[in-house]
Amino acid sequence: MVNLKINNVAVSVKEGTTILDAAKKAGISIPTLCFLKEINEISACRVCVVEIKGKEKLVTACNNVVTDGMEIYTNSPKVRNTRKINVELILSQHKTHCATCVRSCNCSLQELSNNLNILDNRFEKNLPKNTWDKNYPLIRDDDKCIKCMRCVQICDKVQDLHVWDVSGTGSRTTVGVKDHSSIKEVSCSLCGQCVTHCPVGALRERDDTDRVIQALADPDIITVVQIAPAVRAAWGESFDLPREFATEKRLVAALRLMGINYIFDTNFSADLTITEEATEFLQRLPVVKQSGTPMFTSCCPAWVRFIKSQYPKYVGNLSTAKSPQQMFGAIAKTYYAKLLDVDPSRLFVISIMPCMAKKHECDIPVMNDSGEKDVDVVLTTREVDRLIRAEHIIPSQLPEEEFDAPLGTGTGAAVIFGTTGGVMEAALRTAYFYVTGKKPDVDAFYEVRGFDGIREAKFDVAGTEVSVAVASGLGNARKIIEAIDRGEAHYDFVEIMACPGGCSGGGGQPIKDGEELAEVRGERLRVNDKNSKIRFSHENPSIIDCYKNYLEKPCSHLAHELLHTDHEAWQMPDKTRKK
Amino acid sequence: MSRLSIITPNKAQATVEELYKDVERRIIASPTGLCPVDMAASFLKMCHAQSCGKCVPCRIGLGALERLLDDVLDGNATLDTIDLIEKTAQSIYYSADCAIGYEAARMVLKGIEGFRDDFVEHITYGRCKHQITQPVPCVSQCPADVDIPGYISLVEEGRYADAVRLIRKDNPFVSACGLVCEHPCEAGCRRSMMDASINIRGIKRYAAEHAGEVPAPKPLPKTGKKVAVIGGGPAGISAAYYLTLMGHSVTLYEAKKKLGGMLRYGIPGYRLPRDILDKEIATLISVGIEVKLETKVGDKPSIADLKEKYDAIYIAIGAQTDKKLGIEGEDAKGVISAVEMLKKIGDDEMPDYKDKDILVIGGGNVAMDVARSSIRLGAKSVKIIYRRRMEDMTAQHDEIIGAIDEGCELLELQAPVRIEKKKDGSVAALWIKPQLIGAYKSGRPAPHPSQKPEERIACDNIIVAIGQNIESQNFEKFGIPVMRGVIKALSHAGFEDIPGVFAGGDCVTGPATVIKAIAGGKVAAANIDEYLGFHHELKVDVEIPAAKLDDRYPCGRVNMTERSASERRCDFNLMEHGMSEEEVKQEAHRCLRCDHFGYGIFKGGRVEKW
Repeated sequence: MVNLKINNVAVSVKEGTTILDAAKKAGISIPTLCFLKEINEISACRVCVVEIKGKEKLVTACNNVVTDGMEIYTNSPKVRNTRKINVELILSQHKTHCATCVRSCNCSLQELSNNLNILDNRFEKNLPKNTWDKNYPLIRDDDKCIKCMRCVQICDKVQDLHVWDVSGTGSRTTVGVKDHSSIKEVSCSLCGQCVTHCPVGALRERDDTDRVIQALADPDIITVVQIAPAVRAAWGESFDLPREFATEKRLVAALRLMGINYIFDTNFSADLTITEEATEFLQRLPVVKQSGTPMFTSCCPAWVRFIKSQYPKYVGNLSTAKSPQQMFGAIAKTYYAKLLDVDPSRLFVISIMPCMAKKHECDIPVMNDSGEKDVDVVLTTREVDRLIRAEHIIPSQLPEEEFDAPLGTGTGAAVIFGTTGGVMEAALRTAYFYVTGKKPDVDAFYEVRGFDGIREAKFDVAGTEVSVAVASGLGNARKIIEAIDRGEAHYDFVEIMACPGGCSGGGGQPIKDGEELAEVRGERLRVNDKNSKIRFSHENPSIIDCYKNYLEKPCSHLAHELLHTDHEAWQMPDKTRKK
Repeated sequence: MSRLSIITPNKAQATVEELYKDVERRIIASPTGLCPVDMAASFLKMCHAQSCGKCVPCRIGLGALERLLDDVLDGNATLDTIDLIEKTAQSIYYSADCAIGYEAARMVLKGIEGFRDDFVEHITYGRCKHQITQPVPCVSQCPADVDIPGYISLVEEGRYADAVRLIRKDNPFVSACGLVCEHPCEAGCRRSMMDASINIRGIKRYAAEHAGEVPAPKPLPKTGKKVAVIGGGPAGISAAYYLTLMGHSVTLYEAKKKLGGMLRYGIPGYRLPRDILDKEIATLISVGIEVKLETKVGDKPSIADLKEKYDAIYIAIGAQTDKKLGIEGEDAKGVISAVEMLKKIGDDEMPDYKDKDILVIGGGNVAMDVARSSIRLGAKSVKIIYRRRMEDMTAQHDEIIGAIDEGCELLELQAPVRIEKKKDGSVAALWIKPQLIGAYKSGRPAPHPSQKPEERIACDNIIVAIGQNIESQNFEKFGIPVMRGVIKALSHAGFEDIPGVFAGGDCVTGPATVIKAIAGGKVAAANIDEYLGFHHELKVDVEIPAAKLDDRYPCGRVNMTERSASERRCDFNLMEHGMSEEEVKQEAHRCLRCDHFGYGIFKGGRVEKW
């Protein structure tokens, strides 16, 4: 143990503890800005500086460890002065148009400046030019970037995709797309992890809320919403609502207040995905066994973008089943348009997703099979929250309201799509039933649950061993594929979600700087599953009706036409392709 | 009222003088990868501050240039701006009254010529092509990428064996480099910004000498692949060592009687004692390298034979033959090349120079080595003949001073003209033509014959040390690309159309340094491993101590000391003293730990495996 004093408070911590953690233990808060635990400990912002008795120079608390007998002062005159000047310097190169910033009231720099009582800046403003293409789903505002380097580190260390890099030297050093490319030219997966880890408003999604407002204003348009599983576990965070209160049913109420005509659940199409994908898996299993390479899930568009750019030779291993978002769109504009007896062109399908890559997915030409654009617009959870604010809806006063029928019905198997391992578990539940004709114990596949980056399990399905793996985070995805490629790992079915923890930790989810919320949100989804009356996708009555009245059976000709896709039919830019 | 007065600088002037020295050292320690346009703009600003302000081109023009360069950097320029910069700089160059102005303009013109691409890149794309890739200055300058801050911090903690293990991960010749490395690492040391660079080589030497027995690591499991390495010098042994550690079976072919290459046959024992070299080579060979001595690859075995028998070949034959002066009388008895002389010494066949008058022709490190060896062999006099001035010599400054201290005389600005023979065909004298130093050619002043008459220097032996050649003919015949004698391997050590054959070391770079040869061997090992279908990673299990948070204040650098000249000139024993424990601790503590502080903690600071 190391004994030291911080602001005259004695504290005893384990060897190797950082000053920041030791202070926390002593109940003393040291402000940080660039710091992101275990990912970005580079002390670039110099905000967490502290004074050590006997030393002239200040030391950063985030990445230096305590030693025995240290006497640390976190608010000495020298520290106060230096910290304030450093924040003023950062502000001098930050476009402080807070009133019109997407991160207003949720910005670490704003909070820090307010806390330090900076009411005036002694330094001249000096902002770089902003040349980013504002039509791309991922937007970077150079004039807001504070060069904390978190985006670079997340993409390097967690997602292993290396899209961002330091650009330039000297006073003009900034962050840019690697190799001086444009974002459109590189293999960005659009996972959005850089966005959710940006402490300020330098990175964000393209805001599409106006398109929804316009659709709502058009009397000829019938607006149809789908809400993705993971959204329900997170949307209330922006309003500081307790997770138990901010249910999907209150989100339904909010959307109804806005005037959306039909409010449905992506859980419905998640169940559809499972019936299709489980059927497909069983059809492909002999080939899978023979080839020694698995079938991969395909519901995560960031993962699809990743495999297409990094491991094109494995694209054929992806399930051809579309993602729940796209299945919903295709069904809404065919089956549901028929039910409504309206021309599908009048339907405007809005997706509410925890995801930024979905904004790209709905624009892929070959993803559109209804004859119309299957999904018209994708809003992230953050955008729908902004829409709620813009409508001046008071979330804490919302009642719980039901989804519309029939596309508003989903099972417990569908809701866990929003967390790592959920797709696999849901698929196994149904596949087991398809093979054996018997329902397995609903917890039979519990081994795929959890939050470790990579998990493996083997199950006996009617005498056939099915070997599965689950990974979340693209760095882990790369590890799995590399192992498969080297012949060291053999699986039959692999689920990949690009964001760590799965969609609950998605790049479109509300941002809480310094907190990783994928797990707690994911657990909420598990509770939803547990509380569901129906926990097998193939038992969803709306799905049964849909097959009976429209699609005939899983993987039927029509199902193939509407619900499956050719992943080879569109191209990723390949400038940073590795293999 | 006095007519004249003695001027003493005031405090401001004295401070500025100090700042000049700070800037000088700072420029020396400038990191690699900076934007050249940005640097040029910054230099220009300093030049402008030097202006007396009398003349228009300098007072106003340099400021205008500054703003134009800023426009380029800030993305506010067009391609026409480059023309305007060029024209403005030319007009300042042509019309400024003194060097403050025209030399400043010349620097800008040099930049336009030297890195026009960078101007274009900034203007066209608003970005800079340059980037800091290896942020730790010493590591960035070390050809072998040795983890220098890592081992310095280990030495500071007294963990010498760990330091040796850490160094060996990237450079197997820890002891040899501790004594003879040219330490390019020290040139860029960030500590220079504060006082002076760290004595990195001295610290390494201390680690090597105080680590005790540090056995080589165990090789990875056998791969079944066979590699032939041709040449047992630093490049060849390094490649063989790493390839063996990766699990390949390596056979090392050496033409001479012993291993070591230029470490043995180029560097005299007073700089690198034979027992230390022998011990180090034995440790490296102990990983399981098969050695075939006195086996010259050429006829038997031929390269084709090796190609047949092995999965890959690494050519590291060095630069072992001498260059000729091409003057009359060069064939006289008693004229010997430095290469030949050092080879004999390497095989313990000491030439008899007792009471002889020796002339050495050349100004490189090898010339100093043979001159100082001649002194040790009992020569009555040793004169070093060099065409240019002492400051133009390519030998390290310490080497020149060491030679002079030991009694060698330096005859600068003297070109050898012809060698006068005695009747028996032996050397009588060297005729030299005094030179005048003149205009710059390719970056350094060139000498040309002066009006002074030729001179005659009587002597018994002449040692020619004007460079080495590479015996590349056999390899050229086999189809290996050779240009002007040098083997033209690509940057990955391989060749375009000759799979499985790699080359490196002096035979590719031309005569260079030990550490460059070692780096060549390391690069080849990695790429041969990949070629053989593997991706073995070499790493070492040594935890680096956390950086200390102590304040840093200027502190003198501990330099190496030597035995007195009068003592060391009498023997071939090691001439340099090692550091004491208190010296090495103080020196190691001076390290600024650029692996932790600065960019090093962010990107590329520590390469744990390769």
